Amino acid sequence: MTHLFFYLTVAVYGCATIAYLACLLRTSPVLTRWAGRILVVGFSTHLLSTIHLASRMKYLPLTNMQESLSFFSLAIIGSFVFFERRYKVTTLGSFIVPFALILLIASSSLHEVARQLPPILQSNWFWVHALLAFASYACFTIAAGVAVMYLIQRYFLKTKHLGALFLKLPSLDTMDEINYRCLTVGFPLLTIAIISGSIWSEQALGSYWVWDRKQTWSLIIWIIYAALLHGRLTIGWRGKRAAILSIIGFIVVLLTFLGMKHSIIW
Amino acid sequence: MNIIVVGLSHKTATVEIREKVAFSPNQIEKPLSELVKLEGIVEGVIVSTCNRVEIYATTRDIAGGISRIKRFMAEYHHLEFEALESHLYSYHAEAAIRHVFRVASSLDSMIVGEPQILGQIKTSYGYAAEYKSSGIILNRFLHKAFSVAKRVRTETKIASSAVSVAFAAVELAKKILGDLSDKTVMLIGAGEMCELAAKHFLNSGAKGVIVTNRTFERAQRLAEDFGGEAVRFEEFIENLHRADIILSSTGAPHCIIGPKDAEEAIKRRRFKPIFFIDIAVPRDIDPKVDKVENVYLFTVDHLQEIVQANLAQRGMEAEKAEEIIDQEIGQFHKWLSTLEVTPTIVALRNRFDEIRRTELDKTIAGWKDLPPDAGKRLEALTVAMMNKLLHAPSFVLKQSGQGGRVDLYVDALRQLFELEALQRDDEELELEE
Repeated sequence: MTHLFFYLTVAVYGCATIAYLACLLRTSPVLTRWAGRILVVGFSTHLLSTIHLASRMKYLPLTNMQESLSFFSLAIIGSFVFFERRYKVTTLGSFIVPFALILLIASSSLHEVARQLPPILQSNWFWVHALLAFASYACFTIAAGVAVMYLIQRYFLKTKHLGALFLKLPSLDTMDEINYRCLTVGFPLLTIAIISGSIWSEQALGSYWVWDRKQTWSLIIWIIYAALLHGRLTIGWRGKRAAILSIIGFIVVLLTFLGMKHSIIW
Repeated sequence: MNIIVVGLSHKTATVEIREKVAFSPNQIEKPLSELVKLEGIVEGVIVSTCNRVEIYATTRDIAGGISRIKRFMAEYHHLEFEALESHLYSYHAEAAIRHVFRVASSLDSMIVGEPQILGQIKTSYGYAAEYKSSGIILNRFLHKAFSVAKRVRTETKIASSAVSVAFAAVELAKKILGDLSDKTVMLIGAGEMCELAAKHFLNSGAKGVIVTNRTFERAQRLAEDFGGEAVRFEEFIENLHRADIILSSTGAPHCIIGPKDAEEAIKRRRFKPIFFIDIAVPRDIDPKVDKVENVYLFTVDHLQEIVQANLAQRGMEAEKAEEIIDQEIGQFHKWLSTLEVTPTIVALRNRFDEIRRTELDKTIAGWKDLPPDAGKRLEALTVAMMNKLLHAPSFVLKQSGQGGRVDLYVDALRQLFELEALQRDDEELELEE
């Protein structure tokens, strides 16, 4: 049953990816509408699949790499659906949806059997920590997506290549605004995630901060985004500089997430 | 007599080159007078706008005239002839007429159908008329071009669907600045284009206008029109940071905004982007300004691309316009070809008459016992002979107007009988009209 939901989700996301990539090539309101609808269907099946898994295992599916990748993907699509409604940025989907699909497919290749939950994870602080962390990661993913789009659009404007893609991409101002919004949402989420994580660490290991690689890198991520937000608010950083920094931040997020196993969990 | 056109436009040259060969309207008298002093060039008009620099002239020697005008353009602006030549196009006879009709009708414009070009040609013609470099043919020619343009405008939808540079500027601004409702526009200098763009920006919701001009009164008047604020020209640099969109079209010979100014302004507004639009040729804004982060500089050249998408739709109307032009070319060409017939006949007649008189006077002076009425008889005899001799050529020449061989006949007669070339002897020709 879970598998069925899962493959259905992959298939629908696949369709949504094709639809969003087609939106890059063709201007058609019908196509745009359908891309959005397909994605919402995909998001719903994905959500159902996650709920189904959670109810079967009696915990949130966030405990290993496979579950986390799938949940990350869900969070990204969820926040994209929100931003698309809010800012009408279909083109963002052409960048974000394929990425979420790749995460989901990667998660399926890592299929692991359901296992007994280690006692260390049986803490409410862990769930708060993991949920918030993924929510903030999703925000940073969107931020990095618009940052890439910003840089492309900026390149078009600076080199005066005003072609079809230029007309497709949203205005610099909109993209900068989305980037900023993502930060203002993502950064507090990350902060609370780190705090709740350290409370959990105290419960599980008896120390708020153990300086393992995951914690250290989380702190580095926090510092990068803190610097970016600070720069934006006080100095007025925006545009190219903010875009590059949020892409760097996202790369570090991704490396931390994929490359470093949590010494506490695994 | 032939009409020739030599020039370059946005289609053959970038703004960097166009601004080098642009003729400033303030000093147009000098190039105009030099132009008509060129060997073989009879009349001349110089049209210099930001998108094109063209010289219209009349000459007998097409090839020579074209090459002399090309050299003139290079030499006048101290440019290397070889470098410039590749950007220059030239037309003669019917192609020249068609070209000018198309330009005046805005079919050759960067943004097809934009209305400013007609006014610009009228102004250029005004200078030529004022400094007497245009004569009977170009006068008639340009008036015809104006009426063709008017016909195209009223009979096709070219103009009504015209997507002007101004409109393109607004679209581009939205791509950079997003919503325009809280944005301020600054106008530097005045000009039809600039004002039009400002109106478009206000219609699209822009919040305010700052106007500056070398003559402060002018700025005040314009500011009043737009419900904006006037700033003294000396102070506009200090106010740059207050504007999100800056439109510049002064007649300044050098750049008035440099990268330093832009950097300063950007810092003062905490890196909020500025969209510069340079409408002036030569340019007002240093191209290096575009290198400043968060600053986007566009010239009229660049604006073209954003409206490219809308051009296809106007193809049909353009075809209709070309048909109108085809009709008008026929009429004008006919007029042009018969234009020289009468003066040539008159000149030929005068030449014959002159010879007749000289010889008659010589004969009478050497005749000792002249019968009382011999003078009169001889006079009648020679006049009759001359009329008979001239009758056939005059008749053929007048008839050939329709056939198109008239240029050949006129040229042959002028050379065979060493007739004075028809230099801009306007008075005589105007009487003929």
